[in-house]
Amino acid sequence: MEVERMKSQKNHTREVVVVGGGVAGMQAAIRLAEQGVRVTLIEKKHELGGHIRSWYHLFPSFTPAQEVYDALHERFASHDIELITSAEATEINPTSVTLADGRVLHTKAVIIATGFEIFDARRKEEYGYGLYDHVYTSADLELLLHEGEAGEGLAGALGFTPRRIALLHCVGSRDEKVCQPHCSKVCCITGVKQAIELKKRFPDAEIFNFYMDIRMFGPGYEEMYREAQQKYNIHFIRGRISEASPTFDGRLQIKAEDTLTGRPLRMSVDMFVLLIGMQAGPNFGLPHADSGFLEPQDLFLGNVVAPAQAGTLGGLFYAGTVSAPKAIGESLNEGIAAADAAAAYIKQK
Amino acid sequence: MRRRHTSNRNSVAAIDWGYGINKARVINADVNDLRMSEAILREMPELQTCIGCGGCTATCTAGALTDFNFRMLHTLVRRGEYEGMYEQLNKCMLCGKCRLVCPRGINTRALVMLLKRKLGDN
Ligand SMILES: Cc1cc2nc3c(=O)[nH]c(=O)nc-3n(C[C@H](O)[C@H](O)[C@H](O)COP(=O)(O)OP(=O)(O)OC[C@H]3O[C@@H](n4cnc5c(N)ncnc54)[C@H](O)[C@@H]3O)c2cc1C
Ligand code: SF4
Ligand code: SF4
Ligand code: SF4
Repeated sequence: MEVERMKSQKNHTREVVVVGGGVAGMQAAIRLAEQGVRVTLIEKKHELGGHIRSWYHLFPSFTPAQEVYDALHERFASHDIELITSAEATEINPTSVTLADGRVLHTKAVIIATGFEIFDARRKEEYGYGLYDHVYTSADLELLLHEGEAGEGLAGALGFTPRRIALLHCVGSRDEKVCQPHCSKVCCITGVKQAIELKKRFPDAEIFNFYMDIRMFGPGYEEMYREAQQKYNIHFIRGRISEASPTFDGRLQIKAEDTLTGRPLRMSVDMFVLLIGMQAGPNFGLPHADSGFLEPQDLFLGNVVAPAQAGTLGGLFYAGTVSAPKAIGESLNEGIAAADAAAAYIKQK
Repeated sequence: MRRRHTSNRNSVAAIDWGYGINKARVINADVNDLRMSEAILREMPELQTCIGCGGCTATCTAGALTDFNFRMLHTLVRRGEYEGMYEQLNKCMLCGKCRLVCPRGINTRALVMLLKRKLGDN
């Protein structure tokens, strides 16, 4: 029976290709398989999951990222989904996807769920990432928190116990200087989450978040911000750090304006965390915003549909952070929405 | 009767108490004349995109040594507060560091020159 089913699969043309196996792509593939659509998922890396595989505990509930991934993967594995890993899509059309090794997959529709890339903090030289000791990105800190679970804790993973820590918001976001005009949406809440994680591990440390605006857009986020202030005594200073420089005793001196008092502020810290933003990945020649993220047909009823282009009649759909910065919950929702839109599209064809 | 009562109330503000008080700290948006500020924005519309992050003040060479606060200064000019601003601007050394920092890509150094030109004419 099993063999029979596999055979019949082979004889049928594939109906939908999902490009990208992060949370959005996995969810889209699951949803399509549930509806009996023959779906192929291709993933560039050797394993599924995308960025959340590198995160530790998730905002706003401190749920381990691994738990979310495991539950999603269990559902994925229970369905009949053709999976091709270590395969990078280089060209995408509504009826075919070309892989880097030259293979061409024919299909009736494509969901693009290729996600985002992490901003390279070295591009903001003035903050000294990769130049000075004790400068980390928020992505580095997630990995260090992982490492700290075993053995010596976070102090062990860092190799020291910080006494004063600064976190800087909007690194590689909202910045014309590095051509990243957009707000990355998740870094404010990540900054609040990481400040709390640090305070839990280093209760004696003073922790400062330097921000331009605090954007707490999601459920429970504002509450977490308040908790950071009230329960964990995290200090929030409204001002963008202009530069960091090493001090003679191996610490870092940072400069900002404390805009709420109207005075320049200087501070030496022994740990500096850059809350890096989301940067757009390749656009496959599709219409995109100035930020580089792919632009859907509209931001309402067509928000997971690619604009119909000259010569094509649709058949391309977007899910997750490929079209704008989003949190995991939102990316998962878009996986469902894009799958439903693609299923409706191939039925009507 | 009624009219007299009203005019009495109005005159309260004008009573001479015989001593002065500090100049009002309030930015009186009903009184401030924004024509100059608007003329400045017409010449440099990008200033409208300032998000008040304070990056320019943080890095400012003059601000580290004196009470010069460039972010506050150009914000006040936009509110129609011009008094003393030209003199403040004389503290700027035109080093241009602020321009390297501004996340909105505002040519802050050129803004200093523009402000001086406009406010100097006053
Ligand atoms: C520092 C940081 C911390 C975060 N913490 C949280 C949190 O605590 N809670 C939360 O809700 N959200 C968090 N987020 C946001 C979260 O990471 C995203 O919402 C989520 O990863 C988006 O999933 P995605 O599937 O859209 O994209 P991705 O995770 O980027 O997945 C895209 C996948 O597509 C693959 N791919 C890319 N290009 C190709 C190609 N050409 N061919 C084939 N495959 C390709 C990639 O390898 C990847 O596996 C955080 C983000 C950052 C930056
Ligand atoms: S979410 Fe916050 S830190 Fe991230 S870009 Fe937006 S304002 Fe800046
Ligand atoms: S140009 Fe003037 S305002 Fe700008 S940093 Fe130099 S001294 Fe300060
Ligand atoms: S650095 Fe630019 S955006 Fe920030 S306060 Fe100065 S002028 Fe405004």
